[in-house]
Amino acid sequence: MAHRLAPLPYDYAALEPFIDAQTMQLHHDKHHAAYVNNLNNALADYPDWQAHGVEDLVKNLEQVPEAIRAVVRNNAGGHLNHTMFWQSMAPSQTGEPTGAIAQAIANTFGSFDAFKQQFNEVGTKLFGSGWVWLVLTRDRTLRITTTPNQDSPLTQGETPLLGNDVWEHAYYLKYQNRRLEYLSAWWNVVNWDEVNRRFQVAHPNALA
Amino acid sequence: MAFEQPPLPFAKDALEPYGMKAETFDYHYGKHHKAYVDNLNKLVEGTDLANKSLEEVIKATYKDSSKQGVFNNAAQVWNHTFFWNSLKPGGGGAPTGELAERINKDFGSYDKFKEEFSNAAATQFGSGWAWLVDDNGTLKVTKTPNAVNPIAEGQKPLLTLDVWEHAYYIDFRNARPAFIANFLDKLVNWDFVAANLAA
Ligand SMILES: [Fe+2]
Ligand SMILES: [Fe+2]
Ligand SMILES: [Fe+2]
Repeated sequence: MAHRLAPLPYDYAALEPFIDAQTMQLHHDKHHAAYVNNLNNALADYPDWQAHGVEDLVKNLEQVPEAIRAVVRNNAGGHLNHTMFWQSMAPSQTGEPTGAIAQAIANTFGSFDAFKQQFNEVGTKLFGSGWVWLVLTRDRTLRITTTPNQDSPLTQGETPLLGNDVWEHAYYLKYQNRRLEYLSAWWNVVNWDEVNRRFQVAHPNALA
Repeated sequence: MAFEQPPLPFAKDALEPYGMKAETFDYHYGKHHKAYVDNLNKLVEGTDLANKSLEEVIKATYKDSSKQGVFNNAAQVWNHTFFWNSLKPGGGGAPTGELAERINKDFGSYDKFKEEFSNAAATQFGSGWAWLVDDNGTLKVTKTPNAVNPIAEGQKPLLTLDVWEHAYYIDFRNARPAFIANFLDKLVNWDFVAANLAA
């Protein structure tokens, strides 16, 4: 069963003016599509590995045959991260977290503003291509972290709750070299219902 | 004495007939390269490194995790200057003379070199660089992630192509292979390569 690219859950222009339609189209139809195609090509000669979901692949990279491990790491990671990314955004958001995740963020970081500032700073300092994440650690605390390229926090045993893509392709057409401007604008399109859903799955006992 | 950004060796619109817009250089030279220079100067101000050459700073800080920021910025200052010099309006295609012989000797043919270089540039996952280097008398193609360069690795750099997305997104969008082919066919400054080889 080949991996497939799901359609974007909204129109290309739905996240305007924060993310432009052309960027969304290239990002989904070209970049994300390439990760899916490269993953399927890598697995073509490994039928035993074709039934594994992308989460399973990135959690168990050490067991993936060495000949395709690097390609799977990059492209299963790219497929998984981008799928999460589209779901983590939506049009017409308030820009403020709600529910259990809002409480947990306030408890851990002091306030949502302090959290955002720290997340933006970490994202600005990431050198090269990669992702900035809010993760749930093994001991069930919230943490801001980064991964290079298309690595997933799942490979390190951490559960991604929210991630922002800071590869230049995510923002170059609209923001060029101004990554901080992109990181700051992105909060306007974060889908906190989806973040709460992930938090609930990862940590069912968290108090609302 | 602060590190300085050398001028671009051609007018910013000189490569427009050859696939690269002036706008690319407004950002790539005017913003990205300049930011590396400014960041490097801030990071080394008042330290011993401020009085060293750029090459010395790169060698002294490579693989020193406490100096990662200095290394990244110093190497990116050097890499970009080297990249501008690797470009020439109407360059590219096969080299001639002694350089052609060296390429035939070490790669088999210019076409084999082209294939190897294109492959290295296309497969450097994420941000980085593709290089032609002189490694102890043998010409080789290499690729490096992020800021890493052949000086850090003890090789002599001859030619480079920046494959960070900012290098090609304005002109080629996601199509990195088209950017690579355009570089090889229309932009490679073989005079610069020959001078580096002879140096
Ligand atoms: Fe499995
Ligand atoms: Fe992306
Ligand atoms: Fe660059």
